[in-house]
Amino acid sequence: MNLEFETGIQRKQKERRYKLIEIAVILTAIIILAAILPSVIPAFRLRLIGRFLSLAIVALGIDLIWGYTGLLSLGHGIFFALGGYALAMYLKLQLPEAQIPSFFTLYGVQELPWIWQPFYSFPFTVLALFIIPGIVAGLIGYLVFRNRIKGVYFSILTQAALLVFYNFFNGQQELINGTNGLKTDTEQIFGVLVSSSGVQRTFYIITVIALFLVYLLCRWLTSGRFGRLLKAIRDDETRVRFSGYDPTGYKVLVFAISGAIAGIAGALYTVQTGIITPSIMQVAFSIEMVIWVAVGGRGTLIGAIIGTLLVRLAQTFLSESFPEIWLFFQGALFLIVVTVLPDGIVGWWQDYGWVKLRSLLGGNQPLVTYPSLAEDPDVQQERDSMSGN
Amino acid sequence: MSKILEIENLTVSFDGFKALNNLNFSMDSGELRVIIGPNGAGKTTFLDVITGKVQPTQGRVLFKGKNIQKLPEYKIARLGIGRKFQTPRVYLNLTVRENLDLVCNQNKNVFSTLFGRPNSGEQRTVAGLLETIGLDTKANLSANLLSHGEKQRLEIGMLVAQSPDLLLVDEPAAGLTDEETENVGALLLSLAESHSIVAIEHDMEFVRQIANDKVTVLHQGALLCEGTMEEVQNDPRVIEVYLGEAPE
Ligand SMILES: Nc1ncnc2c1ncn2[C@@H]1O[C@H](COP(=O)(O)OP(=O)(O)O)[C@@H](O)[C@H]1O
Ligand SMILES: [Mg+2]
Repeated sequence: MNLEFETGIQRKQKERRYKLIEIAVILTAIIILAAILPSVIPAFRLRLIGRFLSLAIVALGIDLIWGYTGLLSLGHGIFFALGGYALAMYLKLQLPEAQIPSFFTLYGVQELPWIWQPFYSFPFTVLALFIIPGIVAGLIGYLVFRNRIKGVYFSILTQAALLVFYNFFNGQQELINGTNGLKTDTEQIFGVLVSSSGVQRTFYIITVIALFLVYLLCRWLTSGRFGRLLKAIRDDETRVRFSGYDPTGYKVLVFAISGAIAGIAGALYTVQTGIITPSIMQVAFSIEMVIWVAVGGRGTLIGAIIGTLLVRLAQTFLSESFPEIWLFFQGALFLIVVTVLPDGIVGWWQDYGWVKLRSLLGGNQPLVTYPSLAEDPDVQQERDSMSGN
Repeated sequence: MSKILEIENLTVSFDGFKALNNLNFSMDSGELRVIIGPNGAGKTTFLDVITGKVQPTQGRVLFKGKNIQKLPEYKIARLGIGRKFQTPRVYLNLTVRENLDLVCNQNKNVFSTLFGRPNSGEQRTVAGLLETIGLDTKANLSANLLSHGEKQRLEIGMLVAQSPDLLLVDEPAAGLTDEETENVGALLLSLAESHSIVAIEHDMEFVRQIANDKVTVLHQGALLCEGTMEEVQNDPRVIEVYLGEAPE
């Protein structure tokens, strides 16, 4: 009884300590990213980092649906593109009265298609860039999950949906300029050129803030009962049904949120790239998103961010110095992660790295066995009684 | 006394093979019914039909007089039928307490789970259950560190957390040591005071421990006989069916 009481308090203290460390790390990261980095690195590098951070946002969405809920989506390019196109359409419409975007004249289109009309409005666009992908994800999810399609079949279906969208966007020249996509760099926002350093820096800061907010949202969703239910669905969905939960609603909601997050990422990525084309919906890119999360560590959130940044930084470095080996490197990286670090970098750190570091620093070593076993009160009691004699 | 469960002319065929064959069954509220039968007799299939996992080819299932066929599993569970699987199925990546809390949740809709917090009643239920199943010192331990017997007890605890009227337990003593078997038996007996229970079992020793009421014998998907443990044990048909197996 007494023992349980003590471990309870120790647990609380440990949790509080971890929480403080986490807050400190996050605040430091934000200060470095938002306040220091913009003034010390050149604008084109900042733009690159801004793109990576946007990709980290979509990785969080993938971790939510894959790492926590166990649904491997290979079609997040759809939602990413929808967000990107929404913002690009708004920027394309920043024209003098009665003009329409110039690419329309190539195809002999005289009048703005109705679907473009609402994108004159900035508030509409800001909502649309995450609500539209959210709704599309929710609809796809509803159709799939209601029919109890899961596992590999779910992954294949998401990829098929991706191909459908990819081909559809490619074919719509008269609507969205087809394969050529929409260029944003030469457009204006509130009267200023989008590619100007001031606007780019603003987008960069917005990206940092968005990443932080999306991280908080995911933290909230994955903690508490809701988060535990997601893990329960991931680990044993049938059991969940027999406990009186209908998993369909949960999965639809999480998939929709994940899609909405991808939309935000896509919009921020687009304006910091300068263009969006349907090629963003190529299969390889959606698979790459999954690789980032696998490298960083599934079901850890922070791992999704770390994985994205590491892979993308490595890619930039390698493809600048040795352009031909990058693709091999990416393949090798994935193989290494799957075989050597199945829980990714953060998973490895939590299981082994942290323990090693503590022992190297000469700290106390309660974790002589497996970390969780050492917390087992029975084992603890046994150890105490043995050393006490 | 009112019937909690009635099953009429139930047939389940898998590609022509009849796992259950025109089975009739009923039990009273408050009863602890033990179902025995050799391997492949259709015992697990019987639970699959009641809980909505398998749709019968023919026949009806009435729970408290209400036809529950065609309802999805989660609705049947919400009506008050809890099920324990043959191999323990607990959420290995959650702690013991979290396992119980998840099932204990009173309102299982998406948004109340997302925005709601465990109320004090639920917290008390969880604390009480931890004691009942003897895992209060391991409450904050991840369930994958529990022994097989502890997982069995945790899963029974999860059933009770659901506050069902009818508990269906499939071979709760399978793979347990003698001591653990006895613990689980005692747990079932104490739960029987406030619940109706269907316990499926293989282990005769265990059946003798818990069978105070009626015992039903299933064989090849049909009801072979029914009666007290005494009657069933001396029934020549039962002896014949079990003859190939270890003598009891
Ligand atoms: N989904 C299924 N498809 C085909 N046959 C099945 C299925 N489920 C069970 N069976 C068959 O039905 C029979 C009864 O199985 P089961 O109910 O598991 O028996 P018990 O639990 O009494 O050992 C077995 O012969 C089994 O092979
Ligand atoms: Mg069985």
